[in-house]
Amino acid sequence: MSETFTKSMARNIFYGGSVFFFLLLLALTFDTNSALPELDNRQNLTEQVAHGKKVWETNNCIGCHTLLGEGAYFAPELGNVYKRFGNSTDAIKGFIMSRPKDGIPGRRSMPQFNLNAEELEAVAQFLKYASEINTQNWPPNIQG
Amino acid sequence: MTYQSQSVAKPYFIAAIGLFIGQILFGVILGLQYVVGDFMFPEIPFNVARMVHTNLLIVWLLFGFMGSAYYLIPEESETELWSPALALLMFWIFLVAGAATILGYLLVPYATLAEITMNDLLPTMGREFLEQPTVTKIGIVIVALAFLLNIGMTLLKGRKTAVSLVMFIGLVGLAVFFLFSFYNPENLVKDKYYWWFVVHLWVEGVWELIMGAILAFVLIKTTGVDREVIEKWLYVIIAMALISGLIGTGHHFYWIGTPEYWQWWGSIFSAMEPIPFFMMTIFAFNMVNRRRRNHPNQAAVLWALGTSVMAFLGAGVWGFLHTLAPVNYYTHGTQITAAHGHMAFYGAYVMIVLTMISYAMPLLRGRTQANSNKSQVVEMWSFWLMTVSMVFITLFLTGAGVLQTYMQRYTETPMSFMEVQDKIAIFYWLREGAGVVFLIGLLLYVSSFFIGQDEPEATVPE
Repeated sequence: MSETFTKSMARNIFYGGSVFFFLLLLALTFDTNSALPELDNRQNLTEQVAHGKKVWETNNCIGCHTLLGEGAYFAPELGNVYKRFGNSTDAIKGFIMSRPKDGIPGRRSMPQFNLNAEELEAVAQFLKYASEINTQNWPPNIQG
Repeated sequence: MTYQSQSVAKPYFIAAIGLFIGQILFGVILGLQYVVGDFMFPEIPFNVARMVHTNLLIVWLLFGFMGSAYYLIPEESETELWSPALALLMFWIFLVAGAATILGYLLVPYATLAEITMNDLLPTMGREFLEQPTVTKIGIVIVALAFLLNIGMTLLKGRKTAVSLVMFIGLVGLAVFFLFSFYNPENLVKDKYYWWFVVHLWVEGVWELIMGAILAFVLIKTTGVDREVIEKWLYVIIAMALISGLIGTGHHFYWIGTPEYWQWWGSIFSAMEPIPFFMMTIFAFNMVNRRRRNHPNQAAVLWALGTSVMAFLGAGVWGFLHTLAPVNYYTHGTQITAAHGHMAFYGAYVMIVLTMISYAMPLLRGRTQANSNKSQVVEMWSFWLMTVSMVFITLFLTGAGVLQTYMQRYTETPMSFMEVQDKIAIFYWLREGAGVVFLIGLLLYVSSFFIGQDEPEATVPE
């Protein structure tokens, strides 16, 4: 780099640029927060859904699945599983309950988490709530 | 080693390498589970092994960053570390907390771990990469604060250089953004939005400052190029990193319930994220070409050049591959993401820590400049084995990802996730093979610390 472009000029670009774009990120975050009520399906965020999120978290579901495309890539996307299972929370509960304790020989299998009835219903409701978030039409199709 | 207190870096580096081995062993297990689905089931299911793999990576990189700081800051500041005893105490606290957490993952079901660590009091667990029990997270904050105090006091009483200042800003940013891991709202969209304030602002933000500072330090030491020149480059690189990377966070906000405008902000700014990495490549090669001296530690120079290239490929090129919103619509959360993640983490952060270890460890072990020729040859072999196998891991995962994207997302007649997984199994087998070669490379790397230790130091090549 040429002699006319000095270290202190470079330093000023770093400080100025970082501060400016950090403030811009904060401004966009503020705007996003005010736009969220229209998008994030909060009207359906019940106590039960919140409990379901905790069941989701304390069983580390994200360690195999993606949720809205984020997580691990070992097992199917669950952001739209409610719709994929025919808009049925019973189908979701049935699937979770029916996982064999010792797995399936040679194949991937979801562990048996021994959830009680309340936890099962909560996590199914949580997945229903997730499927109704406005994700700008993602995923492209029902397969997730 | 100029200052006695720099020696506290040594246990940090040793722990980093030890945990690195664990990380790769679990990586090989995971790779096999992709094709032999019931491997180790139900004792170590995939989610547990993955948690161990990713958390070990994070912990050993943090050990590497801290060790690097303890080595670099006293030397840059031209003074002894403020408190070597505090640094050693924090080392043991961090190691014990880290080991206990990993054992917790392996020995009890995750739900039980959440219960016995009283996750209910402040629920933070169960989110990708932030799986640590809340009490571990609090421990991390305490260690980070003590570490920053130690480094900050050292900086205050000594010479202030651009390298040490940038390193410090990066480390402070690391600690500050980690605090977002304690914010876990019931609203899934908000949870995801602020989760990225830890994950993205770490790896595509402040960690780049740490990487830049370490790279600059090693280049100053090994090339003898004027500090003014190197520090000017450093500022320009990190300026570009944050100018592109801060708003570049938006490339994670396309499909998680956030407003549509993020598709524009995210695409435009994240498309610029390769620029700082490309500049790092130009920078490293330029400085080595303009070197005033030939340093006898050729392995360290190789790592420095290697990290600049691999970070550009992994973070820059493979990131750009799927960062534009119309592309990401189809690739989001597929093996393309996994491919990018592997090469970016290896190229940028694994290799920068190994660069620092390669430069500093011989000095910490009593050499005046470098290891013996024999030791360096083995180390350079391990460089090539690990780097080339990581290239292949990335290529195989990319192949898997392209096919997955097409069959599951793009075609007129999309197939289900598991059907597609069966069809692309060959790529997972090839990836597993490359993973085993990586492990061999890593074992060779470890052996280089024990080979040729009785032989004289390498001399400057003419």
